[in-house]
Amino acid sequence: MEVMNETVKMTAKDEFLMNFNLLDFSFDENFSKDIRNTAKSTIDGLQFPTSKVEYWKYTRINKIIKGAYTIAAPENEIEIDLSVPSKNCIVLINGYFSEALSFFNKNEGVEFSSLSDAKKNSSVLQEKFNSLVKKDEIFAQINSAYHQDGAFIHVAKNVQAKEPYYILNFVDDSNIMSNPRNFIFVEQGANAKVVLKTVNTANSGSFTNMVSEIFVEKNAHFEMNKIQDEAEDSFQIATEQVVQADDSTFKINTFTLNGAIVRNNLNIDSLGKNTMTYLNGLYPLKGKQHVDNHTYLLHREPNGESHELYKGIMGDSSTGVFNGKVFVHREAQKTNAFQSNANIVMTDTATINSKPELEIYADDVKCSHGSTTGQLDEEALFYLRARGLSKESARAVLVNAFASDVIDQIGVEAVKEEIEKYIDDNYQGIK
Amino acid sequence: MIKIKNLHASIEGTEILRGINLEVKAGEVHAIMGPNGSGKSTLASVLAGREEYEVTEGSVDFLGEDLLDMEPEDRSRAGLFLAFQYPVEIPGVSNINFLKTAINEAREKKGLEPMPAKDFLQRVKEKSKLVELDGRLANRSVNEGFSGGEKKRNEIFQMAMLDPKLSVLDETDSGLDIDALRIVANGVNQLKTKDNASIIITHYQRLLDYIVPDYVHVLYDGRIVKTGPKELALELEERGYDWIIKELEEVSA
Repeated sequence: MEVMNETVKMTAKDEFLMNFNLLDFSFDENFSKDIRNTAKSTIDGLQFPTSKVEYWKYTRINKIIKGAYTIAAPENEIEIDLSVPSKNCIVLINGYFSEALSFFNKNEGVEFSSLSDAKKNSSVLQEKFNSLVKKDEIFAQINSAYHQDGAFIHVAKNVQAKEPYYILNFVDDSNIMSNPRNFIFVEQGANAKVVLKTVNTANSGSFTNMVSEIFVEKNAHFEMNKIQDEAEDSFQIATEQVVQADDSTFKINTFTLNGAIVRNNLNIDSLGKNTMTYLNGLYPLKGKQHVDNHTYLLHREPNGESHELYKGIMGDSSTGVFNGKVFVHREAQKTNAFQSNANIVMTDTATINSKPELEIYADDVKCSHGSTTGQLDEEALFYLRARGLSKESARAVLVNAFASDVIDQIGVEAVKEEIEKYIDDNYQGIK
Repeated sequence: MIKIKNLHASIEGTEILRGINLEVKAGEVHAIMGPNGSGKSTLASVLAGREEYEVTEGSVDFLGEDLLDMEPEDRSRAGLFLAFQYPVEIPGVSNINFLKTAINEAREKKGLEPMPAKDFLQRVKEKSKLVELDGRLANRSVNEGFSGGEKKRNEIFQMAMLDPKLSVLDETDSGLDIDALRIVANGVNQLKTKDNASIIITHYQRLLDYIVPDYVHVLYDGRIVKTGPKELALELEERGYDWIIKELEEVSA
């Protein structure tokens, strides 16, 4: 008898997914289970991107996918000061919803709950969940297949939400992987602001793969403030899929404060007429942080306007990537699209790859894009010092000034203060 | 107040100042004139502490301290003020806030409490009036979108706010129309006391109709080659610099 000794070599993808296959989703709603199964088959046909793929050229994901992760068990408590300046807050810990820590004001005409609850109760969610996720995005598909829980927000027609809605996502263990999933639906004429913040309270090697679907309906106004405060050696990939209808306004402010590798995929399909879109980002980097902001904005219909402003303060040996693409469809006449990426490189070892792109198929448009990278202005530094400011103060003043036009875009006062304080605390002592 | 002795300075290996000697006492106004490229702005830059210039020889004593050994901010805190020839635009930095920081950092060094907000605002009001600077300009970003005249007035406004012992005005008059020139000169004159002094660097005699100097120095090829009373400025205006250069050549020949 002959014994066949056959070893089947697992691919990086198989190994990566092994942990997830242990997750039990039997509790889930049937429509959601179907979505998970479809996503799993989609993943079968996809590979992890390498740096040969243009979309991932400057961000190598090897460190992310080779991590030895586990899936944390649901946690309901966390030892952290949860002083949220709002009456509405959903807390996720390691991807799971924490009922004990979440709270909200029920009188506003806003449904605000865990995603799991919404799967049972919300017809909007049942109808539209996962409809925006791209078929060729492996990380988004992984989230569709294996998300644990997340936040759900449905702002009813014409409701003007006074307070911001906080979604706090805590990573509270080392070497864990989580897939938080959010769904936000802002109905016609409604107005709301969200703060989506990831905080890593543990120390090492975790990976957060978050997806948010956002629907901004006719004449609705929505602002998202996204703060990414990962740990020094943890990873995050965050995907936002946004659709905007006629006369709507969408604004997103992305602040990436920490993380070994953070990648943002922000995709906006402005499908309506007369839309207003603001994309802002600030990445004050240090150490060996790597932050990659990819944005895609489609102007599909006429009279749209978009303003994109991303700014980087590159310290130590950090690396930054900006790739912003604005696509103006043939039908999208009278589009105004402005795109700008500016970076201050503080050291010889920090680098930035910046690529603003415009693709225009309409002939009556106003579009501009630009990218600047430089050091702090030596003339301005000397001017301030000649008036008596110390070298440190002069640098801090200039860094603050550089960041200020992004910070001014924040519509939630507490977030504004938080980011200003972060800049103050971190750039006083720079050499 | 300031004693400059045999000051030599170069930039990128080229010697620009070749032995400047100058003493300015409290209460005095000195004008430094000279043709283009004679080293006027280099002198201002070296005094203010620009790092691109290397001092190769000589000394500068400012109120008993070695000025050349001080950081630019310490020179400012000790009472030296440079009005820039080309004031820098700094978007996002409020004129007022940065002056408040500057004044309070200087006070902190002297062991003083920060200036009370009320006193500070009163001073802003008073001093911006002095140079007819619109209150809104005082509150805007430093020099951003200012006209040439507004920038120079803002320099004198800052000078008034910081109340220096010695002011060095580097071509403050260049590019100013007659109204702006009058306003700037008026500001400088009103700030003059028996305890402070100024060095006015200029290309044209025009400014000296408004700010009357005690001494006029001619800078040529990195040296002060002639010193005279205020009438010397008029003579330079009429006759140019060639006669001085000729005189020099005759002396050395």
